[in-house]
Amino acid sequence: MTQDRIRNFSIIAHIDHGKSTLADRILELTHAVASRDMREQVLDSMDLERERGITIKAQAVRVEWKGHQLNLIDTPGHVDFTYEVSRSLQACEGALLVVDAAQGTQAQTLANAYLAIENNLEIVPVVNKIDLPQADPDAAAVEIADLIGDDPSHVLRISAKTGEGVADVLDAIVERVPTPAGDPDAPARALIFDSSYDQYRGVVAFVRMVDGRFSTREPLRAMALGTRFEAEELGFFAPNRRESGVLEAGEVGYVITGLKDVSRLRVGDTLTSERRPASQPLPGYKDVKPMVFAGLFPTDSDDYPELRDALEKLKLNDGALFYEPETSQALGFGFRCGFLGLLHMEIVRERLEREFDLDLLVTAPNVAYRVKPPNGDWIEVHSPSDMPNEVEEVEEPYIKASIIVPKEHVGAVMELNNDRRGRFDHLEYLSEQRVHLTYELPLAEIVLDYYDQLKSRSKGYASFDYDIIGFRPGKLVRVDVLVGGEPVDALSLIIHRDSAYDRGRALVERLREEIPRQHFDVAIQAAIGARVIARETVKARRKDVLAKCYGGDITRKRKLLERQKAGKKRMKQVGMVEVPQEAFLAVLNLDAQKKS
Amino acid sequence: MSSGARHLYVHLPFCAHRCGYCDFVTVVGRHSQHARYVDALLTELELERNVLAPELETVFLGGGTPTFTEHAELERLLGSLPPATEITVEANPETVTQELARMLRSQGVNRVSLGVQSFRLHLLDVLERVVQPDIVRRAFYHLRDAGFDNISFDLIYGIPGQTASDLDADLADALELGPEHLSCYELEAKPGTRFTHAHGDELERQADAMESYFELVVERLTAAGYRWYETANFCRTSELDLRSRHNLAYWLGRDYLALGVGAVSTFAGRRWRNTPRLAHYLEALGRETTPEREVEPLSHDVRRRERVMLGLRLDEPLVLGELAAVVDESAVSRLELLGLVQSDADGRTLALTPRGRFLGGGVTADLLA
Repeated sequence: MTQDRIRNFSIIAHIDHGKSTLADRILELTHAVASRDMREQVLDSMDLERERGITIKAQAVRVEWKGHQLNLIDTPGHVDFTYEVSRSLQACEGALLVVDAAQGTQAQTLANAYLAIENNLEIVPVVNKIDLPQADPDAAAVEIADLIGDDPSHVLRISAKTGEGVADVLDAIVERVPTPAGDPDAPARALIFDSSYDQYRGVVAFVRMVDGRFSTREPLRAMALGTRFEAEELGFFAPNRRESGVLEAGEVGYVITGLKDVSRLRVGDTLTSERRPASQPLPGYKDVKPMVFAGLFPTDSDDYPELRDALEKLKLNDGALFYEPETSQALGFGFRCGFLGLLHMEIVRERLEREFDLDLLVTAPNVAYRVKPPNGDWIEVHSPSDMPNEVEEVEEPYIKASIIVPKEHVGAVMELNNDRRGRFDHLEYLSEQRVHLTYELPLAEIVLDYYDQLKSRSKGYASFDYDIIGFRPGKLVRVDVLVGGEPVDALSLIIHRDSAYDRGRALVERLREEIPRQHFDVAIQAAIGARVIARETVKARRKDVLAKCYGGDITRKRKLLERQKAGKKRMKQVGMVEVPQEAFLAVLNLDAQKKS
Repeated sequence: MSSGARHLYVHLPFCAHRCGYCDFVTVVGRHSQHARYVDALLTELELERNVLAPELETVFLGGGTPTFTEHAELERLLGSLPPATEITVEANPETVTQELARMLRSQGVNRVSLGVQSFRLHLLDVLERVVQPDIVRRAFYHLRDAGFDNISFDLIYGIPGQTASDLDADLADALELGPEHLSCYELEAKPGTRFTHAHGDELERQADAMESYFELVVERLTAAGYRWYETANFCRTSELDLRSRHNLAYWLGRDYLALGVGAVSTFAGRRWRNTPRLAHYLEALGRETTPEREVEPLSHDVRRRERVMLGLRLDEPLVLGELAAVVDESAVSRLELLGLVQSDADGRTLALTPRGRFLGGGVTADLLA
């Protein structure tokens, strides 16, 4: 098809504002799929596809509308995948910006709208859910028009649920979204905007052909990573997989690469043909690095091999997941894993627990630090226990947080940000009621319980999004926890000097409650280097005897003793001190920390 | 193996009242059954005669309240038991009359273990004991008058509401009478019992304060010249060995035969427990058949572990020998470092230090391999 008949677009929306329903309705209206099959065909259907043994997920769907080829490109739903979202948007010329008529603009709407604007996309504003009784389409239309600098009369008003106005949306895509502008005769260049892994076919790349064309069996190369492979199969989803033999400039489709390692193809990289390679890749490739790290340990140490296999499998589909073995004296064998952000971490944890049926302990997350030892080169530190004792400088990642909140909660949210070492950046009224705040904050301050705090201080009304803006120096120290004089690796943390005392105190108090009394006094200390900043003592037991023991008691006492012995065997030995695993769990567990 | 058990225990389950904290097999009242029960005991003795050695070292009548048994029946029983070097009868103070004391003496009993528990009226109330403090003293003198020169007191500490000075006063009262032997037990409030239901919360509140009571008992009694020869047992030091020879047999891992309802015997690698149900017991022995029993085979390994567990309760070093196989050597050195355990130069014996004895449960759990 010639490029002037092609339109490539995404749908951007806050969660629950109706993105999936609108996508369903578009497929239905274009007869891509019968309505009763809808649920099985939609874009996010990982479970079903897995059950069928086909793990290729439709990341883009091609439909026909009035003689035009429309490619709907899916975008990952969350902040942690900002970079992936931006690549998906780069593959498009336009975007539907969908806002709930009752809820109005949310932080995620803003973040994605800005991304779309940055990518020079034509934005088609849509107010959805106009059928809801509490809907205020006019107010939402004004808000969204203000946001993108458009006229409210241009805003489409629809109900994806009832189908009202959806045909107008398709018409608007054809009318308003620009045609692709690549050169069909230039050396081929295709942008990889997503990839997945199929156990039979290997890595599947989702691409937007920008210039030139690819054909089946053509030798291809990823320009940034240099990976070479042959295009085993080319095609598109409509929404079923259809082999097409070629992909032409302006089109969106998939390339089956046969590669066995998902990390050899990166989102954002450019594919070109080995026969007539392009001289320059498409702009914008970034090597995304994990920013949030946590230790993952099987609750039952026998499950370690299962955890290793599960991570290996997840990694096949998730190029951003990083892991390496980690051994903790307290928790045994596990892995230190790196994630793009908190949601990414939650997704991985949930998949490990749900899909692989593993019982996991996830340690409190920390961020990546850049550390300069005296007379040494900068190194990156992913775990507090790797932090050198002597450091000249430490840098931590910062984010720009974007928060939308009703005006009556602005004070509380600002206070939270100040507590978290935030630097105020900007305040703007989106409407009479709602305020958009931006702050610069250390990522470390949001990884623990920021989101919960934000929700509770705004009575649930605040929405939040963030973007990593780089590393900045911080007054950071490593706090160690010592039990009976022995440092406990899993409990070390890197923290701002000003919070070290409070957190150290909280940690030792918690441990004192959790460590049972021993045959001797046990000191529990928090220390920065050699300086102890908090101390508690678990007093020695004064008696531990089976009071009387005569003929009839012997078996019972022996069994009691055996039980006591078995209990001791389950304890972890820290120096001379016996610590139940539960004590570490209580202190380390993310959920428990959120409460403290 | 030994040619026969040299220690005999006889259980007399009858009591005037079942105390809330008691977990022994007891039966309230039932005077009409006392004669039948003694018959049953003697029948069981006949059935098990081959288990016993020709000469016994000890006989111990425990309960229940042995001295609550109809005195004529008790006398008949004592008259029919084989002779032994040490014959002990447990008695509750309120049952000890001049006549009873004389009868016991005339039947060869040479040691009485008196269930004193406390001299404090308010604490005896909590324990549901129907005794007045002075009755204890009266009982003690009746026994002395009848010629008993080996009397033991049972005391209980850790009673709900008991202060440290209450305990101090109990110990002082006991010491004033000067028994040859004292057994001091911490009250065990078993989960689910009536007693725990009534007093559990109070015990919880007092737990911290009571932690020092065991030390207080040991301190007071050793200061008064008593030997702390077993975790919960003390005896006067004299040229005579006043330790309970019968109980020592348990702690040294010897075989023993036990007769009566719910009674536990250990002999030749087996431990068995008679049915705890009086009717079943009486019925079986009425037919001159062995009562229902729960049998536990004791492996060599288990026996060795028991010998370590029991032996470490004593003040004399445990001679390891073949027991070394069930002791964790690294635990020994760790616990020696902590001052809880002592072994001799060539590691042939093992003993707990005084502090180790206060922590005997946990220390023993550490020591066992």
